[in-house]
Amino acid sequence: MAMHQEELVDFDVALEKYDPVLGFEVHVELNTKTKMFSSAPNVFGDTPNTNVTPVCLGLPGVLPVVNKTAVEYAIMIGLALNCKIAERCGFARKNYFYPDTPKNFQTSQYDDPIAYDGWIDIELSDGEVFRVEIERAHMEEDAGKLTHMGGSTGRIQGADYSLVDYNRSGVPLVEIVTKTIEGAGKRAPELAKAYVAAIREIVKALDVSDAKMERGNVRCDANVSLMLKGAEKFGTRTETKNVNSLRAVEHAVRFEIERHAAVLNSGAAIVQETRHWHEDTRTTTSGRPKSDADDYRYFPEPDLVPVITTVEWIEELRSRLPEPPAERRKRLQADWGYSDAEFRDVVNAGVTEAIEETIAAGTTAAVARKWWMGEIARLAKNADKDVADLGVTSATIVELNSLIESKKINDKIARQVLEFVVAGEGTPSEVVEKRSLAVVNDDSALGAAIDAAMEAMPDVVAKVKGGKLQAIGALMGPVMKATRGQADAGRVRELVLEKLGIEG
Amino acid sequence: MSAISREDVAHLAQLAHIEMSDAELDKMTGELGVIVESIASVSEAASADVPATTHPIALSNVFREDVVGPTLTAEEALMNAPDSVDTRFKVPAILDGE
Amino acid sequence: MNQIIQLSATELAAKLRAGEITSVQAVQAHLDRIAEVDGGERGVHAFLHVNTEEALAVAAEVDAIRAAGGADAQALHPFAGVPIAVKDLIVTKGQPTTAASKMLEGWMSPYDATVIEKIRAAKLPMLGKTNLDEFAMGSSTEHSAYGPTRNPWDLDRIPGGSGGGSAAAVAAFEAPLALGTDTGGSIRQPGAVTGTVGVKPTYGGVSRYGAIAMASSLDQIGPVTRTVLDSAYLHELIGGHDPADSTSLNEPVPALVAAAEQGASGDMTGVRVGVIKELQGEGYEAGVQERFNESLEALRAAGAEIVEVSCPNFKYALGAYYLIMPSEVSSNLAKFDGVRFGTRVLPTQGPLTIERVMGATRAAGFGDEVKRRIILGTYALSAGYYDAYYGSAQKVRTLIQRDFDAAFEQADVLISPTSPTVAFELGSKTDDPLAMYLNDVATIPANMAGIPGITVPGGLSEGLPVGIQFLAPAREDARLYRAGAALEKLLEDKWGGRLLDQAPELSAATTGGVA
Repeated sequence: MAMHQEELVDFDVALEKYDPVLGFEVHVELNTKTKMFSSAPNVFGDTPNTNVTPVCLGLPGVLPVVNKTAVEYAIMIGLALNCKIAERCGFARKNYFYPDTPKNFQTSQYDDPIAYDGWIDIELSDGEVFRVEIERAHMEEDAGKLTHMGGSTGRIQGADYSLVDYNRSGVPLVEIVTKTIEGAGKRAPELAKAYVAAIREIVKALDVSDAKMERGNVRCDANVSLMLKGAEKFGTRTETKNVNSLRAVEHAVRFEIERHAAVLNSGAAIVQETRHWHEDTRTTTSGRPKSDADDYRYFPEPDLVPVITTVEWIEELRSRLPEPPAERRKRLQADWGYSDAEFRDVVNAGVTEAIEETIAAGTTAAVARKWWMGEIARLAKNADKDVADLGVTSATIVELNSLIESKKINDKIARQVLEFVVAGEGTPSEVVEKRSLAVVNDDSALGAAIDAAMEAMPDVVAKVKGGKLQAIGALMGPVMKATRGQADAGRVRELVLEKLGIEG
Repeated sequence: MSAISREDVAHLAQLAHIEMSDAELDKMTGELGVIVESIASVSEAASADVPATTHPIALSNVFREDVVGPTLTAEEALMNAPDSVDTRFKVPAILDGE
Repeated sequence: MNQIIQLSATELAAKLRAGEITSVQAVQAHLDRIAEVDGGERGVHAFLHVNTEEALAVAAEVDAIRAAGGADAQALHPFAGVPIAVKDLIVTKGQPTTAASKMLEGWMSPYDATVIEKIRAAKLPMLGKTNLDEFAMGSSTEHSAYGPTRNPWDLDRIPGGSGGGSAAAVAAFEAPLALGTDTGGSIRQPGAVTGTVGVKPTYGGVSRYGAIAMASSLDQIGPVTRTVLDSAYLHELIGGHDPADSTSLNEPVPALVAAAEQGASGDMTGVRVGVIKELQGEGYEAGVQERFNESLEALRAAGAEIVEVSCPNFKYALGAYYLIMPSEVSSNLAKFDGVRFGTRVLPTQGPLTIERVMGATRAAGFGDEVKRRIILGTYALSAGYYDAYYGSAQKVRTLIQRDFDAAFEQADVLISPTSPTVAFELGSKTDDPLAMYLNDVATIPANMAGIPGITVPGGLSEGLPVGIQFLAPAREDARLYRAGAALEKLLEDKWGGRLLDQAPELSAATTGGVA
């Protein structure tokens, strides 16, 4: 299939003329033990079509039964998003044919959501707080997984056939839908990313989802439209589907703004359609246009009865909610002793949990911050990945730190070790072992290198003897060279002073 | 309420994923016309203040505890599959690839 | 005719318990009868599948338990060893389930319906699966993809539908018991035109899990038998709460056998019987009306208080039914697409995409009536029409419920003819869908309101059976059994025997079967 290059307008130029209007639909897969409407296990990654019951396959004669825990998780999400909880709500059928949808309808709450009219405050990088209003959070079920075979790309286009695994069919989802978001301006891409990050943070804190974007536990559909500055009517929107990392959300919104501006500038109209996000090219391509085919013929699901919530039930669930994220952040900042700027950077980098885990696993707050905001962030940037996707865990950092503290390696080597860990070579200890990176602490080997350096640089030795202790640095180069960088600088200094009979 | 046209029926058949020949569309249009006419009075029967009944017997809060139950084996899951590869169902291409 | 097959299920069960006959003998007698009258050129064709081996094996198991005696024999269900036929809309392991559609030709369910689990647990040998209108859509069983069932009273006439197979099997003494499903009358109307008993329980009284859904908010599984008492036993066996069906009533099954036994005295003193004004007169055959009036007289003579009730919104019931039912059908039958199970048909030309395979599969796999209802339902639910059609129909449903509520203020049970006509000739209405739909005019209101209904034989008109329907408030199924058993007793006393004793003798000679 020929991919034509989309015309784009530079982001800043586009924003001079247009105001972006955003909207998000975030699907959160719940981590219940069983599926939404059947007692099949809700487990990721097993042999295809083994975590299924007749209900998951939509066999003739089957009936759904609602998972109570999924309802409770949905209410908890609603409460955490400051939503009202419906006194009474129900399920509907959304009718459309697709081979990953076993009944050829999806059971969804659609316009009868369990939670509605909420909000969430998003803190942007400059410290400003942006309130995003929540339209609703409703329950529905996930579809099976299609794998497109044949063709060159593994994509749906050009595939010869597809294979279907219904293990994911019926996994409980909560779809969180925002109201229209205006006024983000140039920070629209940043807000998009921060919003999705905040939702992920909340559902993780609630422990109602594994919240792993790379596994599709949290998936975002991003709606973007542009309106001329000062205009009153919204422009035509596009919906970019299944944007599945925080960086991708940011990039997709930015791309669509640049693309919309180009289309509008050319005098053409935006087509209301779904767009597909391509991580490799960082572009979107046209999906199918909205059409009559979207006549979903919703009607109340006759096989399920309404859910009625009582005040007692809701309050019991409210009492299970963890500390709200904003309060939690305040507490963590105080505990860790970070400055406002330091802490905001940590939050914006999305490594709050990582640092918390690392500290809990046994490092100081300073050490945790040094790694997550330093070398790990740098590696992520170079690899063009989210920090979370690098494969570095709190255990990695704790291990690395203990190697440094025990003087097995120095800081510089530790950074190299981390790079090899990210490259998949194993744990820090395994990397050090495999690549023989342990610091040379063996005094006889070091001593020989130091003796050679002192002999080659009598003037330096004289300076040191004369009291200019900082001149020792000049000896460091040749010693490091002789030990291939594995000498411990502190130990070299001690040995030089010792040899010259100077008190350190 | 307007009568049901042949185009309507063709569109409905497409929504319902049932291929129909021209002759079938003609026949179906005629039959549906008669049926739709005979049931049209329903739309005038009930005034706005009458609530809808979705379930004949009103129940609420019928739930299942979140406990894993028995599952089908892959063999049972696929025993009636028209086509399969390993333990997955096989279907023709989703899109018309040219 | 073998004496064993003439017995009612209750009588047969008693003889099995007394050791007068064995279950294997009983099953074999029915299998012989099926061979004799079901399969020939002019056979009844009640069965789509005969489950010979398994039925005999279950019978042998029951016989062995009885022979061994002791606690296991004591623990047997009263009907253990009594054979039963199952409408082929209910899924069964080990036997094909087709819904009388080409779409499911050869399909084997990997699971049992809840009612089948109960039948297995009670050790009733399953004789096989009975014919129906495709996916239960029809009133004559002529819409079966595997050919029509014939009415044992007249082999050129329809046995009613959709459950014509179960009703005909029971009427032709091929089985003492059968399971049916009733969405708009599919148990009661076939019961009426075959001179048998059929019950649609209160919605939620019997689990729907494993009954292939036609219209989820209307469907109910129920008993098909030759006597009211047999239905009461079978109803108690299959009824009760099922956690796999969210619409299942979470309450115990009422004491139905006791109610039937009470009714069998024939005493109706103090029972108020409401005659529904709108379910008689125009459209009801004169012979049907006469038998109905005679039944009223019999009940009055037995002490019943006969009152007239009016249900003015029933005139909208048929129209509302033909909106709600097809709407649910259009969605329930979407799963038949050739992806996971059943028939897959490839398009004969053009590109091979899943979309087109689904279209070709559904074009070839569904018959005309099914397609008609799917298209009608798709129409009723589609954007722009929903409020006028589906929305209004649901309001009519409320009005019908209110009519019933008011009627049950005045009466304990309501009464009407079950079907406006006796069995018509095969082929006489197949080209006129609307005329076919009118067969269910008296049975549909009960499904719309979720209330229970029973049909009992009311005599003959032009030599063909007429059915009398009783209706009761939701959860008051027991009232049906009391009134039904009373009328059965009163009329049988008058006839000097069962109505089916007046049916023409079927044999291999008349059906072309195996002697």
